[in-house]
Amino acid sequence: MATMRVNAIARDDLQWRIVYKHDRCTMCGRCLASCPFGSITAGVEKRRKVISDHLTPQPKVLFQSVPVIRQVINHQDACRGCGICEKVCPNEAIAPMLNPHGRLAIKYRSATADGYKRGGRSNLNPTGSTLDKIVIGRISQMTDPSLDAQRHTFDMLSPLGRVLPPQGLGLELKDGKLITSRPMPPMNWMYPIIIGDMSIGALSTRMWEALAIATAYLNEEVGLPVRMCTGEGGVPGPLLRSRFVRYMILQIASGHFGWNRIVNNMAHMQDDPAGVLIKIGQGAKPGDGGMLQAKKVARHIQEIRGVPKADLLSPPNHQGLYSIEESVQKMFLSLNAAFKFRVPVAIKVAASVTSVSVYNNLLRDPYNIVGGFFIDGISGGTGAAQDISLDHTGHPIVSKLRDCYLAAVHQGKQGQIPLWAGGGMGQAGNLAADAFKMICLGANGIFTGKLMLQIAGCVGQDNGKCNACNTGLCPVGICTQNPVLVKRLDIDKVAENVVNYFIATDQELKKLMAPIGNSTLPVGRSDALITTDRAIADKLNIPYAC
Amino acid sequence: MCRIGAIKSTEYIHPSWALRLMRSQQKGHDNSGFAMVMQDLGGVFEGYKKYPILSMACTEQGMKIAEDMLYSIGFSRIGQWNPEIRPAAGLNIEPMPMYVFQLFHYPKHLRSASDREKEDLLMDTRIKLRRELEKTGDGFVYSFWPDTMTLKEIGDPTDIGTYFNLWEESKDFTAKVITAQCRQNTNYDIVRYAAHPFFLQGYTALANGENTFYEKNKHFQQGLNRGYIGFESDSQCFLYTLHYIHRELGWPLEYYKHTATPLPFDEIEKRADRDVLLRIRSSLAHLEINGPNTIIGVLPDGTMFTLCDSKKLRPVVVGRTDTMVAISSEVNGINEILPNRDWKQDIYPHERETVVINNDLEVLRWQQ
Ligand code: SF4
Ligand code: SF4
Repeated sequence: MATMRVNAIARDDLQWRIVYKHDRCTMCGRCLASCPFGSITAGVEKRRKVISDHLTPQPKVLFQSVPVIRQVINHQDACRGCGICEKVCPNEAIAPMLNPHGRLAIKYRSATADGYKRGGRSNLNPTGSTLDKIVIGRISQMTDPSLDAQRHTFDMLSPLGRVLPPQGLGLELKDGKLITSRPMPPMNWMYPIIIGDMSIGALSTRMWEALAIATAYLNEEVGLPVRMCTGEGGVPGPLLRSRFVRYMILQIASGHFGWNRIVNNMAHMQDDPAGVLIKIGQGAKPGDGGMLQAKKVARHIQEIRGVPKADLLSPPNHQGLYSIEESVQKMFLSLNAAFKFRVPVAIKVAASVTSVSVYNNLLRDPYNIVGGFFIDGISGGTGAAQDISLDHTGHPIVSKLRDCYLAAVHQGKQGQIPLWAGGGMGQAGNLAADAFKMICLGANGIFTGKLMLQIAGCVGQDNGKCNACNTGLCPVGICTQNPVLVKRLDIDKVAENVVNYFIATDQELKKLMAPIGNSTLPVGRSDALITTDRAIADKLNIPYAC
Repeated sequence: MCRIGAIKSTEYIHPSWALRLMRSQQKGHDNSGFAMVMQDLGGVFEGYKKYPILSMACTEQGMKIAEDMLYSIGFSRIGQWNPEIRPAAGLNIEPMPMYVFQLFHYPKHLRSASDREKEDLLMDTRIKLRRELEKTGDGFVYSFWPDTMTLKEIGDPTDIGTYFNLWEESKDFTAKVITAQCRQNTNYDIVRYAAHPFFLQGYTALANGENTFYEKNKHFQQGLNRGYIGFESDSQCFLYTLHYIHRELGWPLEYYKHTATPLPFDEIEKRADRDVLLRIRSSLAHLEINGPNTIIGVLPDGTMFTLCDSKKLRPVVVGRTDTMVAISSEVNGINEILPNRDWKQDIYPHERETVVINNDLEVLRWQQ
């Protein structure tokens, strides 16, 4: 009797099992060639066949060696369920199937003494997000007629930049007219949905480029002033030196990756960027920092970031920034100064129980220097991180955004530091609805990243499908620098899809503003929302309905 | 729906003019109330323009509470006028026991104080009185201000006129500026405070419409000035924004329109004053009004104006003769009181316009 090795990894331990139909397979090899993870392999199997070639049955046993496709069984090369093999197979002969009994993450830890890593985002809300439990319940009727989304004009821009209270505005009266009498903090107006910060490096160059092209196209051809945040990995020099930089929000994060390139290019820039975003923390896997493995640090990434080929781990904190006061003095001041106080500088923090304190503190900052507060909730992120961080750290964004807004209302300072929130925006597929609800709850705008990847063709989802962003082997070329995989991504198609999605979103936003009778953004109009969930109504201070 | 109207005249006129202006629009309101503010008073008050008048409806107990409080602050009464109440069977009105229009002398120590100090004292006194009377429900204080009288009542406007004998013209009770509303608040309970016009420190505002940005207006206004209280009606926000822009910030009236219904961004971009307009838009985003409304306002110096929402979803018309300008939700109101005017001069203000009537009765059309 064969020895049973119970501790070895077995097919049944894997999260995804390959269902293979030998009788359909023509051995074309496409699945093998396309599986980026090497999770399948070609092999030979001995087959016993009983045949009869007489008029009357005369069974004969035949033994044959047949070529087959087999699943690889080990914890490194485990099938990710990405479904690429199924997509390329011309004969419907192969497909991954979710194994409800999978325990790969346990096996991985016990085999490697290391945390299990993956991409994707947390699976915190498999049963539907808070935003999905809120609906727009105040519908205009006779006394406050609703608008016509097709016929009326809508005015939808949000500020990035420190908004001064009216008495603090540098305005004075001259011949009965107000004129500006002294410089004021820089302010840019933009579409209330920003393409969230995903670095060049984390994304493939082609994916990043597709987003940049979509952004430029939305601005210059469609007339939607959508801005894109660069993420911290630097920006290609030609883009920095082009006029398109005006659509970009440059990010500086704890690794400071790419900033020397930006600084070196400043003298040659012909336009200002839309803003600078200092990332203190991100919402998915806070405390883990970004995690870019050496294998993703291709030559062009080394150049843009100004680093050697090595694992690039963004520290979760900014070394040297241990207080809000210090941040204001050092970082904000220097970045403002770098762009001669013409570009708004904002901060991004992970949503947390302490984000309200940080926001309050910034609102009271006498220098009026922080031009935006980006809070990032748990459900976002492209995520290359420890499984434990993705699943077990972070803070939901909706109540935190609301807390920040109400804290500002309490001080009579709402709007002074524009609130932008992200983290799971468009999680259920509808960005306009999420944006609208967040704005009613007090956001000036939202940012979204993960959804852009989905639009580009990301095959991952919350049930652990693919989630291979950490491997550098993204099967669709979105978050990999592998030259073969990257070529799978059609830049123009991605840009087109992103543009189309935004055009649709813009129409849908109007379709939501029209019934509540508003032609400008309903920031803080929580009276337009209702929820049938008592707890959500209480927590968010919005009407309860049933 | 409510209906609003306003009259500005070079001669003193009796409130029956306002009643007629409003009653002709009877089909457009539900007859549940009538309210008016009279400014630049004639009649018995003509010689006392500097002295504050308390306008209040109360019980006897309320009267006593008010008197005690006013005397303790140092005000001394120098005169009063009582409407000639004519109760009759079958009148649709929910009257209060007493209607008080009393004239006061400022406290001695303040007689040579600055206008600003006096104005703040008047506002604070009114708020204090209101709070005190609210505790027991013994009265409603509408205004406490020189040269201004306010009357608000629940019931049928015609019957209210009969009750206060307002149909009979009298030289005792007149003004050059009268603003009026028929129909009480749609959105909330019918309470006296919720009736337009609203008044604060010389500023009057009344509106026909719905303030869909009520919640954000209110959240912001609550912290701006201790006088911004009540909020029984979403339209009160329009008054506070007017007061804030014009008095607190000291901006010219044209910026009220820029604050309440800002120009679209693409139009701002084309303007020479774009920087100013964008700053206002960012800083006062929470004072914006979105939703259907027509607003009529009066400034402390007697300037009257009207403007509409940015989509022009509510009607308003301005008609005039040489001695009188009337603003009305419906033109039949103006037809009623100014039948012989040149109707070709009537103005139907559009969504980007502020129509201003100055004290020379010039009608100006400001384009935003
Ligand atoms: S599903 Fe993806 S990972 Fe699994 S075998 Fe197919 S291509 Fe490879
Ligand atoms: S792609 Fe399909 S037919 Fe081709 S080898 Fe793979 S399973 Fe067989």
